[in-house]
Amino acid sequence: MKQIPISLLTLVAGVVITLISIWVGQNHGLLPEQASEQAPLVDNLFNTMMIIATALFLVVEGALVAFMIMFRKREGDETDGEPIEGNLPLEAFWTAIPAIIVIGLGVYSVAVFQEMGGLNPGDHAVMAHGSPSTLVAQMPEGEPIAGDVMPLMAESEGTSSDEVRPYYGFGSPDQDQIKPADLVVNVTGMQYAWLFNYPGDNITTGELHVPVGRDVQLNLSAQDVIHSFWVPQFRLKQDAIPGLKTELRFVATKPGTYPVVCTELCGAYHGGMRSQVVVHPQEEFDQWLDENRVVAEQPVDSTVATNPADMSAIEFLAPVSQAMGIPTDALTHLHVAHDS
Amino acid sequence: MTQAEVPVGSQVYTEHHTTHKAWKWYDYFTFNIDHKVIGIQYLVTTFIFYLIGGLMAVAMRTELATPDPDFLDPNLYNAFLTNHGTIMIFMWIVPASIGGFGNYLVPLMIGARDMAFPKLNALAFWMVPPAGLLLMGSFFFGGAQAGWTSYPPLSEITANTAQSMWILSLVLAGTSSILGSVNFVVTLVKMRVPSQKWDQLPLFCWAIFATSILALVSTPVLAVGLGLLLFDINFGTAFFKPEAGGQVVMYQHLFWFYSHPAVYLMILPIFGIMSEVIPVHARKPIFGYKAIAYSSLAICLVGLFVWVHHMFTSGTPPWMRLFFTISTLIVAVPTGVKIFSWVATLWGGKIRYTSAMLFAIGLLIMFVLGGLSGVTLGTAPVDIHVHDTYYVVAHFHYVLFGGSVFGIYAGIYHWFPKMTGRMMNETLGRIHFALTLIGANLTFLPMHELGLKGMPRRVAMYDPQFAHINVICTIGAFILAFSTVPFIINAIWSWRYGKKAGGNPWNALTLEWTTDSPPIIENWEVLPVVTHGPYDYGMNGHSANGNGYGEAIPPEPSATR
Ligand code: HEM
Ligand SMILES: [Cu+2]
Ligand SMILES: [Cu+2]
Repeated sequence: MKQIPISLLTLVAGVVITLISIWVGQNHGLLPEQASEQAPLVDNLFNTMMIIATALFLVVEGALVAFMIMFRKREGDETDGEPIEGNLPLEAFWTAIPAIIVIGLGVYSVAVFQEMGGLNPGDHAVMAHGSPSTLVAQMPEGEPIAGDVMPLMAESEGTSSDEVRPYYGFGSPDQDQIKPADLVVNVTGMQYAWLFNYPGDNITTGELHVPVGRDVQLNLSAQDVIHSFWVPQFRLKQDAIPGLKTELRFVATKPGTYPVVCTELCGAYHGGMRSQVVVHPQEEFDQWLDENRVVAEQPVDSTVATNPADMSAIEFLAPVSQAMGIPTDALTHLHVAHDS
Repeated sequence: MTQAEVPVGSQVYTEHHTTHKAWKWYDYFTFNIDHKVIGIQYLVTTFIFYLIGGLMAVAMRTELATPDPDFLDPNLYNAFLTNHGTIMIFMWIVPASIGGFGNYLVPLMIGARDMAFPKLNALAFWMVPPAGLLLMGSFFFGGAQAGWTSYPPLSEITANTAQSMWILSLVLAGTSSILGSVNFVVTLVKMRVPSQKWDQLPLFCWAIFATSILALVSTPVLAVGLGLLLFDINFGTAFFKPEAGGQVVMYQHLFWFYSHPAVYLMILPIFGIMSEVIPVHARKPIFGYKAIAYSSLAICLVGLFVWVHHMFTSGTPPWMRLFFTISTLIVAVPTGVKIFSWVATLWGGKIRYTSAMLFAIGLLIMFVLGGLSGVTLGTAPVDIHVHDTYYVVAHFHYVLFGGSVFGIYAGIYHWFPKMTGRMMNETLGRIHFALTLIGANLTFLPMHELGLKGMPRRVAMYDPQFAHINVICTIGAFILAFSTVPFIINAIWSWRYGKKAGGNPWNALTLEWTTDSPPIIENWEVLPVVTHGPYDYGMNGHSANGNGYGEAIPPEPSATR
């Protein structure tokens, strides 16, 4: 291997590998559907890496298999191979190429991260002193004004002014012109359920409802242990951590029902901690809000950490049923695959 | 008398040597201070742990064959999950590759009669069985259930006694690894035969050197994290208790500051094994000796600055997510250099398809895939999607099963003749290899899709839409479990009845092949002198008909002091 062999054959191989890789990158079908503004960004990054990975895979494993066949020991040949100990140009080449790829991917992923809103969580004013007027004022023009369905959020006790602003999670993708979210939902993780509280409307449910095309902000907290909020179709995930406030901000792009999954081991029934997010068209969402606004006023945070090891299979839902004091049909939507 | 005090020279040596030449079987069950005995003690003990951890994996996969928790109670599932991960890492890969191969090979490869501190060495080994017993014993108290990462607050509220046992077990294992590492560093610096220069050091020794330094830097941090956790659980402190002002995320930093480098602790010695096995069976000098040696050091250095990539979705500020994305991606470069070098070593070789070589190539096949998925995980945006899902499970099993288990098997097939004096059966070896390769890919490849599509990890029950893919994984796991059968038969049978090996059955060039198989106590009658590099295949007239490497080269009078 005096030089990198450049011949027609390698040229053809290169073209074929490139074509295959690009095809695989576009058609692997491994990702679920995209339902948030962030999803296409993440997918493009993933697909790019998939193209590169496929190419590298084919080149390295191809070379490996080819060498295994070409350089197998022949019958009766007990000699050694020709002693080639190194080749500086070649080694420089294969250090440089990955380095360049890696730097490129690094820059690309930083850009994606920024566009996803990763760089400025918690920098927006609504958390600290949100007022209904700012909310309505910031509504995108031409959209149906949601002011009538989300009245007087700040007047309810939940979002008082001394709330600490979270520094962790995903915030507004819009860096210069930081604007408050259209809808704020407080999300509480507990063994083994998610509770969603709409502060302005005093609605508490076991599944998340959001309008399509609106900037939604989830304020995550955890009651007992760490949970992690994931909607695969949104490509977003953020841990809910006891003692820390985190947040997740997204714009859902497609009406539908998607799973909400807990991805941080939170106890024996961690796998059963499943719920869903329903993305409604705006009018449908308004209607849903109206139906649910008539709720009792009961604080949710009355549960304590429990030891699942001491619980029977049925008792594990205890914290949830405690929270079920809230007269809403939403908790019946709790998806816990376990009922034995 | 410690080895360090033995003057290196044939006269002194022969005096106290003539009495016995080999150890008896019962020596392996005592506090023996011979590095070869200790190495084999490590290998056998850890392999038993591997089988136990493997049984737990099979039980978990059986549970996961259906979406409902119908085979294992969910608490028990989590106990199996936790102990499977812990055993595989702390009781198998780390002690087998560093403790087992490191102890057996390092003194032999540098022409020493033993490790620098033989008693310390034995002490380090004898911490491993109690550590394992503590883990096993924890099942009587419900079993630790918080995963091998044991994040608080979960680890503080579930199965406290078992969790404390888990912590003590890890502290024991960590202490053992610190003692072992000190020993390796001193041995490698002080005990090489005078004729061996650093650039004549076999790459396995370089790898153990880098690994030991890494262990010394990172292990104490784990001990701190676990110690604080133990206090929180048992003595009412609140380091990690949020309701009393504790910091939940702090534990994660302490844990990963050790446990990410631990990944390199696992893989670097295996890389060392690769660098020994491939040249011998391909009959070629290793391609890029310096590049491989230095890339180990580079991986260690950069590897200390990547831990937060396990915490992208946690309470991690944005700048950290970005900094650690970049540093993680950088590790791909030295790792890539190693892979390319091994593949290039095959170029122009005369490859013998021995079982050792097959497993080495199998490792390359698996590790390339695991490395590529690792790059995707290194970027924060993609990691945030797949973190704590089966995509990650797929990735780390490609790296750890593909990378480590294949490497350990390659090492065993390669050095078994040296350790026992007998050859292993090649047919059984091939069957073992084929089953392992098929089983591993069947088990772990489909997991990538599971994770990307939405299946979280560490679950005993899951969404029924994932049932089909899980069935494939479970079948793969059964094949993997079965694949150990031909290996165990082979190892036991060959140990007793295998073909006699002779000193150097593979015609290899490193020093361990210049003595008897198995080596006599204190390794050599007369210490060898290094006259050529460890990988000079096809050079200096050595290649003549495949002979010429075998003899111990008697020392020239001037070389002995
Ligand atoms: C023998 C074949 C093996 C099978 C079938 C297997 C299977 C599994 C399964 C089903 C899980 C649970 C995944 C989850 O829910 O997160 C798991 C976790 C794990 N496995 Fe394996 N595994 C095998 C070998 C190994 C090996 C050789 C290692 C080496 C280090 C290893 C390390 C781990 C670790 C660290 C975890 C994570 C445990 C945790 O999340 O606490 N496994 N494995
Ligand atoms: Cu949870
Ligand atoms: Cu969970």
